[in-house]
Amino acid sequence: MTERIPIVENILSANDRLAEENRARINAAGVFSINLMASPGAGKTSLIEQTLPLLKDKMRIAVVDGDIATSLDADRAAAAGAQASIQVNTGGECHLDAVMLHGALNQLDLTQFDLLMVENVGNLVCPAEFRLGTHKSVLIASVPEGADKPYKYPGMYRGVNALIINKIDLLPYIDFDMDFFRRGVEALNPGVITFPLSCRTGEGMNAWINWLIENT
Amino acid sequence: MHELPVTQSILQIALKHANEANAKRIENIHIVMGELSSSVDDSVQFYWDIIAKDTIAEGATLHFRRVPAEMQCQSCSEKFHPDDEYLCPKCGGAQVKITAGEEFYVEAIDVD
Repeated sequence: MTERIPIVENILSANDRLAEENRARINAAGVFSINLMASPGAGKTSLIEQTLPLLKDKMRIAVVDGDIATSLDADRAAAAGAQASIQVNTGGECHLDAVMLHGALNQLDLTQFDLLMVENVGNLVCPAEFRLGTHKSVLIASVPEGADKPYKYPGMYRGVNALIINKIDLLPYIDFDMDFFRRGVEALNPGVITFPLSCRTGEGMNAWINWLIENT
Repeated sequence: MHELPVTQSILQIALKHANEANAKRIENIHIVMGELSSSVDDSVQFYWDIIAKDTIAEGATLHFRRVPAEMQCQSCSEKFHPDDEYLCPKCGGAQVKITAGEEFYVEAIDVD
């Protein structure tokens, strides 16, 4: 005879549990950690490259780079001054998950660092669903992507703790409706802190750097 | 996009609860999915047929209950389904809150 068993269990609860373990490990080492997410080409690696020289005299920084293939990004982070840079190749997966970060943490002596920057796979859909255990999720939007992205990728905009609006040096040359963009962001994520900046010119980087210093 | 890990999680959850109930077979899995929550689609059933093979969940049917997105205007309390813009259709207010559509969980299983 068929019997119904009520469950109500979050489908990604196993990942969430491992994310909590990651968080406990990171906390025990006294490290502040961020999960950087964005579409391909929004400027994740560029932001890390611009951030490292401004912070490396103040704190010790580890970078974990997630990509489907290659170690190009970890190489760039190392060249920019990261004390450690670990490449995680996801082997086709479209996002990092808590298991992959767990593996990367095994390669790091966390007690040697103050700040851990995790660069997720370029993708506005999947990384939002898989928590890693980092303290803050940071989304990089770039203005050439268009102002409609919060409406098209609500899950991503909904879950982040800080929003970087990159490539603002291009605003005079493109149609980007900032009011429309900000209205979508505010509906999904009321009061989220935003950092309009340009990795290319350096404009706006100070506020972002200060936020990292305050949190670390 | 990431149907395989999602399907594996659903299988783990279903098997765990079926074993606790000493079930011999899982016939149906009921999943609740909000419009805003996930990128997976019915291809989960395709993965299921492969990864559930040789378990008590082999041949089970997945049922998806989809929950539409819903927002509530913070000015006039009107509830509405968001369209291309997140503006209240009644008063035009831009202060809105998401009230439904983020669900993503296994609701129940039918076992023998």
